Amino acid sequence: MTYARLVGEEIANRAEGPLLFLSRSLDVGLNEAVEVEGADGSVRLGRIAALDEDSITVEMLDDTAGLALQGTRVRFFGEPLRFHVGPGLLGRVFNGIGKPLDGGPPLAAEHAYRVDGLPIKPTAREAPSEFLETGFTAIDLMNSLVRGQKLPLFSGGGLPHDRIAVDIACNARLPGDTQEAEGFAIVFAGIGIPHDSAEFFREEMEKSGALARTVLFLNLASDSSAQRLLAPRFALTAAEYLAFVEGMHVLVILTDLTNYCEALREVSASRGEVPSRKGYPGYMYSDLATLYERAGRIRGKPGSVTQVPILTMPNDDITHPIPDLTGYITEGQIVLDRDLHRRDIYPPIRLLPSLSRLMKDGIGKGRTHADHPALAAQLYASYSQAQQTRVLAGVVGEDGLSEDDRKLLIFGDNFEQKVIHQGVDARTLEESLAAGWSALRGLPAGELHRLDDRQIREHLLDRAPRREPVS
Amino acid sequence: MSTAETTWISGPVLRARPDGAFRLRESVTVGDQALLGEVIRIARDEITVQLYEDTSGLRPGIEVTGSGRLLSIRLGPAILAGIFDGLLRPIADIADPYVKPGMQVQPARRFHFTPSVCVGDTLMPGAAIGEVANGTGIAQRCLVPADLSGGRVTAIADPGEYPDDQPICWIDAADGRNLAIAMTHEWPVRVPRPVQARLPSDEPMLTGQRVIDCLFPVARGGTGAIPGGFGTGKTVLLETVGKWCNADVIVYVGCGERGNEMAGLLAEFSELEDPRSGRPLLERTVVIANTSNMPVSAREASIYTGITVAEYFRDQGMNVTLMADSTSRWAEALREVSGRLGELPGEAGYPAYLSSRLADFYERAARVRTLGGEIGSVTLLGAVSPPSGDFSEPVTTHTRRYVGSLWGLDAKRAQARFYPAIHPLQSYSLVAGNLARWWHTAGCTRWQELRRRFLTLLEDEARLERMARIIGRDAMPARQRLVLICAQLVNECFLRQSAYSMNDRYASPSRQAVMMRLIGSFIEGSERLLDAGVAPEAIRDQPVFRRLMRMGEEIEEGDWEAFSALDQELTATIRRLINEAREGGGG
Repeated sequence: MTYARLVGEEIANRAEGPLLFLSRSLDVGLNEAVEVEGADGSVRLGRIAALDEDSITVEMLDDTAGLALQGTRVRFFGEPLRFHVGPGLLGRVFNGIGKPLDGGPPLAAEHAYRVDGLPIKPTAREAPSEFLETGFTAIDLMNSLVRGQKLPLFSGGGLPHDRIAVDIACNARLPGDTQEAEGFAIVFAGIGIPHDSAEFFREEMEKSGALARTVLFLNLASDSSAQRLLAPRFALTAAEYLAFVEGMHVLVILTDLTNYCEALREVSASRGEVPSRKGYPGYMYSDLATLYERAGRIRGKPGSVTQVPILTMPNDDITHPIPDLTGYITEGQIVLDRDLHRRDIYPPIRLLPSLSRLMKDGIGKGRTHADHPALAAQLYASYSQAQQTRVLAGVVGEDGLSEDDRKLLIFGDNFEQKVIHQGVDARTLEESLAAGWSALRGLPAGELHRLDDRQIREHLLDRAPRREPVS
Repeated sequence: MSTAETTWISGPVLRARPDGAFRLRESVTVGDQALLGEVIRIARDEITVQLYEDTSGLRPGIEVTGSGRLLSIRLGPAILAGIFDGLLRPIADIADPYVKPGMQVQPARRFHFTPSVCVGDTLMPGAAIGEVANGTGIAQRCLVPADLSGGRVTAIADPGEYPDDQPICWIDAADGRNLAIAMTHEWPVRVPRPVQARLPSDEPMLTGQRVIDCLFPVARGGTGAIPGGFGTGKTVLLETVGKWCNADVIVYVGCGERGNEMAGLLAEFSELEDPRSGRPLLERTVVIANTSNMPVSAREASIYTGITVAEYFRDQGMNVTLMADSTSRWAEALREVSGRLGELPGEAGYPAYLSSRLADFYERAARVRTLGGEIGSVTLLGAVSPPSGDFSEPVTTHTRRYVGSLWGLDAKRAQARFYPAIHPLQSYSLVAGNLARWWHTAGCTRWQELRRRFLTLLEDEARLERMARIIGRDAMPARQRLVLICAQLVNECFLRQSAYSMNDRYASPSRQAVMMRLIGSFIEGSERLLDAGVAPEAIRDQPVFRRLMRMGEEIEEGDWEAFSALDQELTATIRRLINEAREGGGG
């Protein structure tokens, strides 16, 4: 932290939950950072949340238990919260407000950035169009992620999103030799996660060697709510530094955004704000946007920030405000499914409601493979038909189906078992494409309206096993 | 100028103790950074200001300065082909890639002006005084601002280049004042620009999208809304319409949406050519971008800014289409500010005046005779993002009451990647009857009949699908199976239209008419076949069926020979099947 601009003594009047109310004897501005030093010498971080003529409302970012009003000193920094970053960020572990947790030395603070970030001008953005491989067929082939995109994972309690998060962190790579040339890093932020999960993330990444290219932020379930609101902001500030100063391609994984939104609701309620849907504040859309919109590319700069935020849908309800507002901001969503999970399909990704909006710009000729878009469209159309046929079969029985419908049923099962399901091994894009074509081979060619005649001839009728070259 | 001293701040709202008079909706600046704001509530001893910028660092005691005029934007030739924030401040300068508070207005630019009036001419408000070229291929007119009184021209600039903020014409007004007119003028965003008369709209705003133009058309000067949950393709549909519709100028308001989308739109619009003029699409477009992470209250203003810009071009005799993506974000901005003011919330927390604000907005769409006597129009298309895709929420239900065309997007269709995911049974167009004559004159004499036919077919399909789910498709009578096959053709070949397919992203009215007629022939032919005893599946398994299914994708714009070849193949197939059936029946 920089030096305090002003110090106030004996100005604390009232403490309530994470909020501290001070008399306004000093000239301070909205959103400025403060440090509150108790009589016992303990130091807590906070920021100014509201101001009027007589009082200052401070939102405390550390636990307020043990805080007394008497003998408390408040230091004002005269500027919003900043994160001091510099080289040597990779491989480090921090808490939610950027303090090292790994016992290592403090960072060489070359730059100090506002953790809230600044909105990127739409004109300064480069439209994302470069493929990023995650190792999962259901994402790479069917809902491709591109650099600069934000693509959330909608999960539910008890689903293996932690495992998926770690797998993506370990397996994600840039195609070809871009990775070596331009650099690739992961920023992983655990928001309000239990101690066990935090240990799991750290261990798995250490084991696979991914930790060396990762910056880890761990905000535990036991940390204060206000700090939970800052954890993703510190993580994104680090990501922006790596991307736009060091020029790397950065994949940010944030888990679990549901904890973030709960903290937002808690802090809003303690400020006495008028609640909106389900008690969440009316500004939750705008607030989430200030996180998600930090993904992107900037024209003329080499790096990129790609986000995969993970959230758990309360009661598996996709219409709950948290997934709903998220879906309206992010560029698509990947939805996990309990039924697939029960059938031991990993990753249990439910494809029909999943979507990647930027996929069209990142795949096809010159990007992945010329026939990738048509293949994905045909798989979607056929799988959707297969699902409808399943419903029908549930009513009239499989014997009542026509032969084409039975072929569709077999296709549906095959598709889930051999294309979506892949177990622990990551697949390259070539392997994913081959799996997709082979699933289509059981269907009558005349039914494949999303493929043209050449594609049917080349990929489906010629049954010799072939390797897909990536153009 | 009046000033006031700030006493309270919360997010984008502040209260201040005034010294002097402030007016409601007056624009103000705050502090040294000159942050822009608007007065939204006044009392004798307190004013409430909504700020259009990030308020970090503001503190009580900071001075608020009144401007004496309502919140206004500067309209002029520099707007076309530009990109602006919600208050029409340029954001095209990318030397600094971040939006920072206190951005100032665009500096003056020079344009070539050619006068069309002489000294001594008498001009009324809204009359043209000359043409302005801004290098976009679209000739703009310079008008006498509608809020000035008319009068006699006392001096006029010679043809040449002038800065857009300097006077180029002087007139003696009726009240004896001498008025100077520049290429730019200010106009308050919340005040509709006056017109001579509103005209009926009997001409379609063509979008090149079959499901819209043929089934649920929108008229020039009409209104349309696109409600749909996330992922149903609202933005892609709006952008597609923006690319291919036959408007002279497009105003695209990105209101609380994604930054990457705006970047994609800018990149695409500068690459694509306007099919009518052959110039980049961006040159006929004005983009107003207020992404979701830019200040919330500017989102509220951006809708009004957009419509004022649209009216400005309309007044020059142009047909303008405004797209607002999304009106729900605008309504949420209203709700957020209303909440901070402590107003009594109405339905779902929205302020009680939501409905009247929506009505005000959609009322500004019209086909008009301008003050200058030209015909111009503003067509409004608004996306609506209902929470959890539930169309019974307040913004959707209120919007439904004011729009002429509604394109309801369906999550099921979108999940099967069926785009545009417009659900035929959840959509309507109140103007289809008025537009039938246009199609008739354009050579598609059976438009109205085929349109009804398709809609009936789709309705039957929905009913039969429900039945098929219970008894199975094969157990249904042949006639019903045929309905399902014909509906599949209408859906897959006519309604589905990929925005990314080179051949199919745009369909001219003639191409739409041909496809409509071919599908009509198939339906009629297959019914005859059914009467002759041919099973519907046998009809479907003919190669010509697959050719018909893929004709949008495979036959490009203008290739009329391919269409007539397909027509002949269809006729031949039907004749052959009938003959076979007769022979089979006879033998």
